[in-house]
Amino acid sequence: MAMLEVQNVHAYYGKIHALKNVSLKIEKGEIVTLIGGNGAGKSTTLRTISGLLKPREGAILLNGENLADYKAHQIVTKGITQVPEGRRIFGQLTVTENLDMGAFICRDKKLIAENVERIFEMFPRLNERRKQVAGTLSGGEQQMLAMGRALMSNPEILLLDEPSMGLAPVLVDAVFETIQKLHAAGTTILLVEQNARMALQVASRGYVIQTGEVVLHDVADSLLNNDMVRKSYMGEN
Amino acid sequence: MTLAQSLWREGIKTGAIGGISVLAISLVGMVESFNKRDIIADFLSMGIAFIMVFGIILPYIAAKRTTRPEKHIIFLNALTAGLVTAVFPALLVILGNIINLRSMFVNASPVLYNLLTSGVEGVGGILILLLAGILCGAFAGLLFFLPGLIRSVIIVCLTSILAVGIVQDLIRPLFSSWGIMEVVSEWLFTQNGLTIAGTIFIPIFVGAIYMFWQLKGEGIKTRYNTLESGTQKSVKMSSFFVLAIFLIFLPHILGLFLSEVLTIVGLYILLGLGLNIVVGYAGLLDLGYVAFYAIGAYIAAILTSPAIGAFTLTFWQALPFAVMGGIFAGILLGIPVLKMRGDYLAIATLGFGEIIRILVLSDFLKPWLGGAQGIAKIPNPAIFGWQLSTPQEIYYLILLGCILVVFISVRLRDSRLGRAWMAMREDEDVAQAMGINLVSTKLLAFATGAGFSALSGAIMVSKIGSVYPHSFNVFISINIVCLIIVGGIGSIPGVIVGAAALVGLPELLREFADYRMLVYGAVLVGMMLLRPEGLWPEARHKMELHGEENGSDETQTATAA
Repeated sequence: MAMLEVQNVHAYYGKIHALKNVSLKIEKGEIVTLIGGNGAGKSTTLRTISGLLKPREGAILLNGENLADYKAHQIVTKGITQVPEGRRIFGQLTVTENLDMGAFICRDKKLIAENVERIFEMFPRLNERRKQVAGTLSGGEQQMLAMGRALMSNPEILLLDEPSMGLAPVLVDAVFETIQKLHAAGTTILLVEQNARMALQVASRGYVIQTGEVVLHDVADSLLNNDMVRKSYMGEN
Repeated sequence: MTLAQSLWREGIKTGAIGGISVLAISLVGMVESFNKRDIIADFLSMGIAFIMVFGIILPYIAAKRTTRPEKHIIFLNALTAGLVTAVFPALLVILGNIINLRSMFVNASPVLYNLLTSGVEGVGGILILLLAGILCGAFAGLLFFLPGLIRSVIIVCLTSILAVGIVQDLIRPLFSSWGIMEVVSEWLFTQNGLTIAGTIFIPIFVGAIYMFWQLKGEGIKTRYNTLESGTQKSVKMSSFFVLAIFLIFLPHILGLFLSEVLTIVGLYILLGLGLNIVVGYAGLLDLGYVAFYAIGAYIAAILTSPAIGAFTLTFWQALPFAVMGGIFAGILLGIPVLKMRGDYLAIATLGFGEIIRILVLSDFLKPWLGGAQGIAKIPNPAIFGWQLSTPQEIYYLILLGCILVVFISVRLRDSRLGRAWMAMREDEDVAQAMGINLVSTKLLAFATGAGFSALSGAIMVSKIGSVYPHSFNVFISINIVCLIIVGGIGSIPGVIVGAAALVGLPELLREFADYRMLVYGAVLVGMMLLRPEGLWPEARHKMELHGEENGSDETQTATAA
């Protein structure tokens, strides 16, 4: 049984049919990537998984349990945490407070403190700025903070929405290094990216989504060599 | 032409702003009505002082904004600004002497012209006015070139004359009740305005204190910080103790009238702290907040007043019902507006506030709520048989309420719930994705805020002894929102400062009463331009707004990265 399974999901924004029969499978310990252009439905898929948008048809199963009846804030407790697109850190709170918010579902103060230290070890840059207001961090630091905040809830599955968006190339490399580190530590990751090449390099499998439909699904290496993918998402001719 | 434009642009532009402001305050009648009082006896009236404030501040801004480095250009820009500021009222006087403006501007009277030209007829008066403008500009220009410390001392001294002059009516009675102080009072004040001695002594006194703090303050602070934590604690404890003693004796020092003002400020502090939770912590703009004040007031009135007669509970028995009623109403309002944010929420809550007011006003509920006549004969609260009837006695009840509510506010701010509110304020989606239940978090914010408001309402009716629908109009809600913004959104001391500034000051300065809303508008616009974080901001908010100024290394690392 797959760890997370999206089965024939249809989702709507009002009358707009945003996801048409989307199915995905993610096994434990895997990095799976979802690639596609603007407005293809990548973020919508993540929003549907994390419960911010409810599917009209289809099911989302976590370890076989249907998540349909859970609200977004309950799904976090099930072990799914999303790093939203555009980072969306709490700009008025300090770095440490942002991390604390990430552990909102956890009531064990000692465990929270341990987790904070773990995140600071992983991102020493954040440790230097622990008392700084998060809104004044640089873009790369904010992305680190957004990922650190999501990790505070000890998720089984991390949903990453365009972590490379708006970052300088050096920082994009750093973000992907972090993703690999997390993977090595055993976190299962669903990675949504426009930067298809980098995403496919770290992922084991990939799905290609176009106008709300999954059009292609394969292991990452073959997608990297797929003509359509190369043309459409890597800018090659 | 272009060169002249670039050279004198700031002076002319800022001067025009000043001139239009002076015209505005003259034509709405502020200058004339303020003129009845003197700041310095027989020398400087409040109206003239008010104009001079514009005549000095705007040239100063002009000097500050001039980008050219040459000192004489900066100075001449200030001078120009002062002159241009004076040109506008001068034109008004000329125009007013040719044609009658009173059909359009009621206040454009010969009295006003007389005042602007300091009583000199014809061309002479105009010249005096222009000269005064130039002098104000020159003063501002000189001020600009003074070293920082001297400049701020001068500003503090001048402000102290202005402030003491404005509130002298309140200071004099305070002094007169203290025997020996009466002599001092007579030395400093006349019946209308400061004496020459007062004009000299007060700024020296205030300026000296200010200068001492500027020079030695840092030293005192560092010395405090190097103290052992035990000693620090006892310093803190003893200052708390002094504060407590001060608060206990305050109404007796202040006398009846000022205690009354104090109780009104206290009630607004309660309201402000409640709304601060809804708007400041949870970020939900509630413009119908007065509704909960009304609900608390009416529940307390119905339960205690023999005029209605259904119940005759004591204040203390009725209080929990009033607060619970407010909390319940808060939840009830919260449920339909759960999905709303920002402007939409503001409009929906505004409607709720009006609904409650119209309900209590309606004939339909008259047998129970008294309709337009309201409910009278509400008994004063009593503590162990001691009837709290005068403002000086009620003060203690309100003080107790404020202490309680401040305590709850502080604890909530630092709690898990407080964090959840802040997260929700920043980003609802992400807050939800962190595991925060938006429904219960929002409803708790509405409920807590409404509870504080109902508490304030209940105390208010038992203080006044009656309750009328018209005391719950939308201006109360707007007033509370304003005091939170002026004090500093999300800041507890900010609410107290804001209430003192926006509720206390207008009560003290009866001359302002007619222009209250005008002054509010001007203060709000000014605050947003000059100090958007409020008078006493929450530390974090300040850091965010002024992060670039003291965090230049971060911006550097950000660009380097």
